[in-house]
Formats: sequence, C-alpha cells, structure tokens
Amino acid sequence: MILANVLYYEPWWMQIAKAVVIFAVGLQIVPVALMADRKVMGRMQNRYGPNRVGPFGALTPIADIGKLLFKQQFRPRTSIGWLFAIAPLISIITAVAALAIVPFGDVQDIFGTKTGLYGVDASIGPLYLFAFGAVAFYGIMLGGWSSGSKYSFLGAMRAAAQLISYEVSQGLALVGVVMTAQSLSLVDIVKAQAGMWYIVPQFVGFIIFLVASFAETNRPPFDLVEADGELVGGYNTEYGGGRFATYYFAEYLNMIVASFIMVTVFLGGWWLPFGIHPPGWVEPIVVIGKTMVFIFIFVWARASFPRLRYDQLMSLGWKVLLPLATLNALVTAIIVVVTD
Amino acid sequence: MSPWPPSAEELHVVDGPDPGGAGGFYRAFGETLRGLKTTLRQSVAPIETVAYPEEKIPVYPRFRGRHRLHKFEDTGLEKCVGCSLCAAACPSDCIRVVAAENTPENRVSAGERYAAVYEINLSRCIFCGYCEVACPFDAITMGNDYEMSDYNRHDLIFTKEMLLAEPFERTPLRGEGE
Repeated sequence: MILANVLYYEPWWMQIAKAVVIFAVGLQIVPVALMADRKVMGRMQNRYGPNRVGPFGALTPIADIGKLLFKQQFRPRTSIGWLFAIAPLISIITAVAALAIVPFGDVQDIFGTKTGLYGVDASIGPLYLFAFGAVAFYGIMLGGWSSGSKYSFLGAMRAAAQLISYEVSQGLALVGVVMTAQSLSLVDIVKAQAGMWYIVPQFVGFIIFLVASFAETNRPPFDLVEADGELVGGYNTEYGGGRFATYYFAEYLNMIVASFIMVTVFLGGWWLPFGIHPPGWVEPIVVIGKTMVFIFIFVWARASFPRLRYDQLMSLGWKVLLPLATLNALVTAIIVVVTD
Repeated sequence: MSPWPPSAEELHVVDGPDPGGAGGFYRAFGETLRGLKTTLRQSVAPIETVAYPEEKIPVYPRFRGRHRLHKFEDTGLEKCVGCSLCAAACPSDCIRVVAAENTPENRVSAGERYAAVYEINLSRCIFCGYCEVACPFDAITMGNDYEMSDYNRHDLIFTKEMLLAEPFERTPLRGEGE
C-alpha cells in the first residue's frame, strides 16, 4: 500500500545538489531576516537599528552568532542533560526539514536533466508541514521542561497550549485551499494558482493562516512562550552560547518557512501578476522576493502590537479563529461542490 | 486637592472594543490596522538618534563640566592664590589645596601665596559649582568638558597641571539662540 507518493524526475546526483543548494540558500535568508527584523523595527521606532559592524551594520548577525558560539556552555544543576542538549536540535531540524517541500519554481532543464526547483514534491505537502510543526513543538517544550527552571517550565507549558490551539486553526485555514486546488501537493497548489492567486478567493483563510502563523512561530504579538517581561526568556531562559544560537536560528527559520508556505499557498508561489511569464531561472527570485514581503509583515506586526495576555490568546484562538476557519472550510466546500 | 473619586467631567473614559460579538471583532480589526498604520508612518519620520561619539549635542555656556584653572593672559601667572576657599565650600570635600609662599625667584601666582598642590578628585565631585562661586579671583571655573571616564579611580584625581592645561577635545558649545 502506498501511503504517499514522492514525485521526482532527477538522477541521484541532482537530488544531492538540490538539497545542498536549498539548504544553503534557505539558511542564507536567516541572517537577512534577522537584520531586517532589527533594522526595520529600529526604523519604525525612529532609530537607526544596528549600524556599527560592517557597512550599515550588515555584519551584525555574523558578529551575533560568532559571539554566541564562543561563549561557554553551561546548564543548571537541576536540568536533564541529554534532553537539554537535544531540544534545540529538534527545533532546528524540524525547521530545516520544512524547507524541503517549499516549491521555488517549476521543472527546469538544468545540465540536460529535468529538475524541479524544490526538494521533493510530496503529495501530502501540508500534512508533512504539520507533522514537522508538531515535532517542532517538542523542541520548545522539552527545552523548557528539561531546563529545570520555573520560568522555562512556564514557557514550555504556554508553548504546549499555544502551539496546539493555533495549529488547529492553521490546518483548517489550509483546508479551503486544498479543496479549491483539489490537491495536497504544494507544487500542484501553486500550478492551480496560474489564473488567480488564492489570496483572493481564500482571503479569510489567508488572514487566519497569517495570524496563526504568528502564534506558531512564537513571533510577537504572540510570543508568550518567550515573554521576556514576565518569564525572563521563557523556554530559552537557561540556554546560552551555541544552544541559544540554535534556538534563535530556529525561530527565524520558522518565520521564513511560514512565509514560504504563505507565499506558496496564498500568493501564487512563482507566478507573477498580470500574466507576466518570466524565464524559469527568475522563479526562485520571485518566491524569495514575496517571502521578504511576509518577513516585513512579521517585523511590522512586532513593532506595532503589544503582547497578548494569555486568556486573550486562548480566546482569540478558540473563539475567533477556529470558528472562522471552520466556517471558511464549510463555505468553500459548498462552493466547490456547487460549481463543480 | 480635587475630591476622590473624581466627578464625571474630570474622568476621561476611553472605551475599549467590546469583548465578543461581531461589532467588537470589527472594531478590534480596525484598531489593529490603525496600529499598523502608525508604525508605518513612523518609519518614514526623521530619526531621533544622535550617534554620540561621532556627533555631540552642544552644551550650553553655563553647563557645569570639568573644572579649569586659569592664568593671567598678560603675565602668565596663575590666578589661584591658594586660599582654600574652594575646598571649604566644596560639599563633597573633593578639593585639596596646599599653599606655598611666592618668592622673587619662584613667582607662580599674582598674590602673596600660590597653590603648590591643587587636586580635584573628580570621582567625588558632584559638579555643583560652589568652588567657582567661592573663588575670589575667578581662578577656578567649571568648563564644558564632560567626557571624563577612566579605568582607575586614582586617574580621576586631576592635578594642577591637568586643570591648567587646555582640554584635548573641546566639547561643542551652543551658540546664542541655538
């Protein structure tokens, strides 16, 4: 019995090359996002943002990570050693794994081989994403719990509640798109958006997915998991040095992956508006450009909104987003059936 | 004193969005967009940052910075006569003066005596300016220099030679009407 088809056209060496390129390019966006975060937020608060290291402070992320990597590793006496060590790894592995199914472009001719500009075209795209999203939550929860500190523990508990409640709405918001595209493959979803991007017919779904993405990636205003005001740093209170850098990296990578998914599912992936059909090599640039727009939105919201209270977070998730997402899925289902 | 609780006219009530309901949801959504608009507008507003070590905010002429001792411009003699009135006026007791007699061979100040030792412990000085007020000869004044951090406490004890010397880097001075 075949549970899921993974479609690929390439010989093995092209697969390895693709994996390396996607990994390298995906991780290169992290420092850009980090820098954009601090620069844009600085500008919105009428200040420069970091501008000391390198031209316009462009080398600040490298200096940041370099500083963290050279710091001493330590852990509290009450912590559980091996869990404490692997929790950040779980976080970053799941974030990187999600990059594999992001479609950067259609099938192209590279060195005489037909190559899809994506890691794999999994026929269960969104399920793959939510599977890894669920594992990513273990990274945060185990990290917070195994630290043996009450602040970390509170952060972990909040992470558990928050990620589970918002994953429901996030999944339901995607159901409308999946029903419209009649496919679970992200590549097919993008191809189905050739005429019209799904942000137009699925606008409600888009808004729900956007809000839920903020919560899923622990970005402000839903960063209750970290809540530096009340929980010091939440799940990463006890982390320092390279392990903290890993968490930090994973947080930004999660933000980028969420942006990629929103671009793929709602903003038409590699399609340009007004029927412009660029040559194939432009497609990844289009995808990354649209992703930058979403990264800007993430930063924009961070600069604008105060952190939600815990009960507000819960009531928004369960009393607003979930009914809306359900209604959106129902209405979409009815329309799809009627117009079919 | 106004009475407590304040009357209805004094109270400025700000209505938050009603919890729940379609109206509250619509209103919360509108406020969200308003917040986003505010930050976007601020992102094109002028930057308030003064990049400090490179650009300095000019100080006012009466700014009380690090002290300076003065000499007569024509004769080159020190104005300070070692009377210790500044040390007496100093509330934090950071000025130490040891006076010595002027002799015809060694004439340092214009008066009968001069300050052989004149030290100000700037780590204790509170920059009140009482020494300046107490001085009968305007020998000590508060300068404009405020960059005095150092690595050792004993480096902050300024001797007479240091106080008489011109400051290395002049602090920008605010002009008339600036």
